[in-house]
Amino acid sequence: MKLSYLVRRFLFFIFVMWSAATALFFVPRLSPVNPIRERFAEIQRSTGYAPRDMEQLVRAFEAKFGLNKPLIEQYFDYISGLARGDLGYSLMRYPRTVNELISQALPWTIALVTVTTILTFLIGTAIGALAGWPRSPSWVKGMVTPLMVLAAIPPYLLGLLLIYFIAFRARLLPLSGAYTTGRFATPELSLEFLLDVGRHAILPSLSLILASVGFWALGMRGMGVTVLGEDYVNFAEHKGLKQGRIFYWYYVRNAILPQVTGLALAFGSIVSAGILVEYLYGFPGIGSLLNAAIGANDFFVIYGIGMITIFAVGFSMMVVDILYPLLDPRIRYDRK
Amino acid sequence: MELSIPIQTGSTKPNRLKLTLRYLRRNKSLVVGLAMLAFLLIFSIGGSLLIDTSTRAYPLAAPAVQPPSAEYPLGTDRDGRDLLAVMARGILLTGSIGVMAGSIGLFVGVVLGFLAGYYGGWVDSVIRWVTEVLMTIPPLILKIIIASTIVDKNKVTIFTMAGVASILSWMGTARVVRSQVLSLRERTFVSVAKLSGMSNLEIIFKELMPNMLPYLAASFVGAVMGGIGSSFGLEVLGLGPAREPTIGMTIRWAQFHSAIFNQWWWWVLWPSLALVMIFASLSLINRGLDEIANPRVRRSE
Repeated sequence: MKLSYLVRRFLFFIFVMWSAATALFFVPRLSPVNPIRERFAEIQRSTGYAPRDMEQLVRAFEAKFGLNKPLIEQYFDYISGLARGDLGYSLMRYPRTVNELISQALPWTIALVTVTTILTFLIGTAIGALAGWPRSPSWVKGMVTPLMVLAAIPPYLLGLLLIYFIAFRARLLPLSGAYTTGRFATPELSLEFLLDVGRHAILPSLSLILASVGFWALGMRGMGVTVLGEDYVNFAEHKGLKQGRIFYWYYVRNAILPQVTGLALAFGSIVSAGILVEYLYGFPGIGSLLNAAIGANDFFVIYGIGMITIFAVGFSMMVVDILYPLLDPRIRYDRK
Repeated sequence: MELSIPIQTGSTKPNRLKLTLRYLRRNKSLVVGLAMLAFLLIFSIGGSLLIDTSTRAYPLAAPAVQPPSAEYPLGTDRDGRDLLAVMARGILLTGSIGVMAGSIGLFVGVVLGFLAGYYGGWVDSVIRWVTEVLMTIPPLILKIIIASTIVDKNKVTIFTMAGVASILSWMGTARVVRSQVLSLRERTFVSVAKLSGMSNLEIIFKELMPNMLPYLAASFVGAVMGGIGSSFGLEVLGLGPAREPTIGMTIRWAQFHSAIFNQWWWWVLWPSLALVMIFASLSLINRGLDEIANPRVRRSE
């Protein structure tokens, strides 16, 4: 039974990826935009270079990328390429591939967003747990509303205000980039370099943390209030257990389950969560790559980033579905 | 005796207005949110009436990069827009993108949610299945892909923005409506309505809808926030309406011309504050509505 569930869940994941890939293939082709022609038009706009045999050039590149084949053949090429993990060539940095560009940017994104996601989860859950606990001082209980208001504001905007006040007015932290390019020519593995990266990552992380800590706090408080109404908490109180014990082992322990699921799901949006903030801070991750690709009309990179983000979300949803029954024995695999 | 009558009527049967006011005093989020929204509306509508925003919010209407002064209270930007006019018009434009996108999202979500919840069976399965597949697509990415196929940014209007922003914005509403309908469907008043010969549509509009109004209002505010948020995301990435002075485009141009490095702080600060106020007010209103719809939240405060 368990194995058949795993197989079914995996097939559903493959199906989701296939439908997303199909949508990504057909949606752009519904519009009259020709990626190659737009790329040349962009080069012409930015450099003033206008080749006389433009049409020929476009056709030559279309043949090179297989864009002159019948649609159905292109579709099969595309799907089989994806199945092998091949996202095609980049138009702006040709002959480099989309895979190369993404694998260069992805480690920066993953490092930044993993650290901020975990920090946000810990801080938000702690605040939420304390806010739902009846014996907390009232200022802790009142923290959730301002945090929710903060959570409504896009991280990009918080980042802009942080840049203005902390990096620009107070000159406390660097304005942009991931490391001081004057000091380090290329990334290296030294303590000095890591400290420099850390200093550059504070403001981007802070914008991401401030913007989502409220969700975690609200979720934890809501769940905590439900748990407090349960009989076993009541029973523990009447047994005369210490407040600390009830807090950690009865209250937090039971309320934290949905938070853990949420954390797993949040890891799915690891690629997409920081896109705008990375771009704002010139952090060399997926966000900056996406912005460069949009500016240069590099459609293949845009679609590649789309596929990567969808893969991350789909995969983490599958992992959560498989792991959840292990975390919470009340849920079974064969539930409807 | 003449004295006791007004006291008695006053204490046993307070009128609706008084009750509402008394409730609002407890629901501070709603009041503060509505007050902020009212301020934004008065500022932008009043501003649009008092100054000619259809010319002054566009390039070459004023000398470039003037810091705030008596003549230009909020300063001007590098292309010669009067930022006071830009703010007045921008809040209205951004707001209308949000309202349009939110309405589309709400409408689609309500229809699908009702269909799934009320009819059940294969309709429910199909809708739930499609929702589940679509949930894996990060909305911003799909919107970026669709918006990037419009290459000529001068042709992008606020209507295009609203359309793109409303994509994938209906799933949350559909879920809430479906679960509400499922629980309401089993209540006796629905069976009574059915027995008395009401048609399905009549039951949906006369019996179910009124019971869900607070939920729908909260969903709508949420959808408006989502619409403004995602249109803002597209705009700062350069995929917005290049000709229109929306708040997002103003921030986009300020960033594009490195306003912070050039010390043109006013160009960044006003639109940022406007957007923070828009989001804060909508979020507070949403929390207030949630409290009305969901008395459990009220008790846990």
